[in-house]
Amino acid sequence: MAKILTKNLNLWYGDFQAIINVNAAFSGNKITAIIGPSGCGKSTLLRIFNRMNDLIEGVRTSGEIIVDQENILDTDADLVVLRKKIGMVFQRPNPFPLSIYENVVFGQRIHNSIRKSELDSLAEESLRSVLLWDELKDKLHKSALSLSLEQKQRLCIARLVAVKPEVLLMDEPCSTLDPQATQRIEELMRELKNNYTIVIVTHNMQQAARISDDTGFMLLGELIEFGKTDDIFTHPSDKRTEDYITGRYG
Amino acid sequence: MKRNPQRTQKIAFFFLLLATLLIIVPVGLIIVIIIQKGLPAINWQFLTDMPRQGMRAGGIFPAIVGTVYLVLGAISFALPIGLLAAVYLSEYARANILTRLIKLSIVNLAGVPSVVYGLFGLALFVVFFKFGASILSGSLTLGLMILPIIITSSVEALESVPQSFREVSLSLGASKWQTIRNIVLPNAVPGIITGTILGVGRAAGETAPILFTVAAFYLPQLPSSIFDQAMALPYHLYVISTQVPNVDEKIRYGTALVLLFMVLSVNLVAVIIRYKFRKLKKW
Repeated sequence: MAKILTKNLNLWYGDFQAIINVNAAFSGNKITAIIGPSGCGKSTLLRIFNRMNDLIEGVRTSGEIIVDQENILDTDADLVVLRKKIGMVFQRPNPFPLSIYENVVFGQRIHNSIRKSELDSLAEESLRSVLLWDELKDKLHKSALSLSLEQKQRLCIARLVAVKPEVLLMDEPCSTLDPQATQRIEELMRELKNNYTIVIVTHNMQQAARISDDTGFMLLGELIEFGKTDDIFTHPSDKRTEDYITGRYG
Repeated sequence: MKRNPQRTQKIAFFFLLLATLLIIVPVGLIIVIIIQKGLPAINWQFLTDMPRQGMRAGGIFPAIVGTVYLVLGAISFALPIGLLAAVYLSEYARANILTRLIKLSIVNLAGVPSVVYGLFGLALFVVFFKFGASILSGSLTLGLMILPIIITSSVEALESVPQSFREVSLSLGASKWQTIRNIVLPNAVPGIITGTILGVGRAAGETAPILFTVAAFYLPQLPSSIFDQAMALPYHLYVISTQVPNVDEKIRYGTALVLLFMVLSVNLVAVIIRYKFRKLKKW
């Protein structure tokens, strides 16, 4: 069943239309990749799923995004509830200048939803799920800024997982990492999809082909093609998709 | 004669260096002269005793105490207002006419001569609000004067917190206020403290704003409430230098040295804080 369903979704930055009539169904417990050249609107599409675009002035939308039977674009949608449910991993690893521990428990501290005594086990559980626990268990109170880029990005995922979201939005999460670190993060994503719905935006077509179950190809704000990753990469139905995948532009 | 770029460069460097060195000279001279002439006056009695014999002998204790009171009063008024204004300007204000007007006002507030603050304080706090010449009036006047310093440095500190921190915090479901409270403000604290301390230094050293609003020529006892007048170091220095005949040069320079020491050590604290936190924070 579709976890996120968009219906005739449009988005404008002022007069510029960045997303044009997108209809797509993102399945639960799967990895969906959105690919396309720079400026095609793929990051914008990702950021609308937890309403991060609200932070930009002059953004307008039309259409619907249905998550769990509710239209999250409703003006009275509860953004706190939405963002707890649908979290985001950013392009640049961006831990807070706090300790590793405080980074992980930040969300729960804000939401004040679990008892103080449970924070320790939450931190352990979250760090385990991103395979950082064994490396970091003895330096939880060191600054998160002292970690390597890959560890920082894992920590950011742990910080998100600790809020117990259902959907992870990933905006080119590996673009600042080297190939080995990228591979390990991809392994992590495969593991995480058992528990989460993952939508990833990527420049890297090989990455999309490697890890995703479904793929959407965007161009100039339109979703040109959307379907099973194997189908998109082996026999795309649209000429433009084929041109992009075979490297004719992008 | 042929142009020689190497020589032109050397000459240019020479004049640039000369101009820069010229900055050091007056600072050095001021410090050296004041220490040389004032240090003999400094002893425990000078710092802790009341002025005696028409301020020609004894100490400057009430002036030191008055200056400390005034600075504390000015900060407790200016820091909360300045900080709240800075948070509004940095985090909430949209780019519109009102915001531009506020920013323009702050710039102009910083440019108002200090004697005008004195007159304004006299008219508003002393006369209109009937606080009289008092520590309260003087503190409020000094507070107004350092408000732009605090606002400007706090806005700068808040805006230097990376936008990505705010984004992450919001994306984790924090509200805007939680984000400001938990992420933005803590990371801006060093900058805010630095600006506040620079404001303290400024408030401690000014004469004109306290002239009409609080400063007493001579008081036989220490102030007992915020509605009392007080002596203050800058004004005391002015008094014993120009209003009282036959004051020993040693006492005048000693007073100047105490004032200079207070202002410089306050500024030094600001520099140290800024330096420490700069080393600590890397993003």
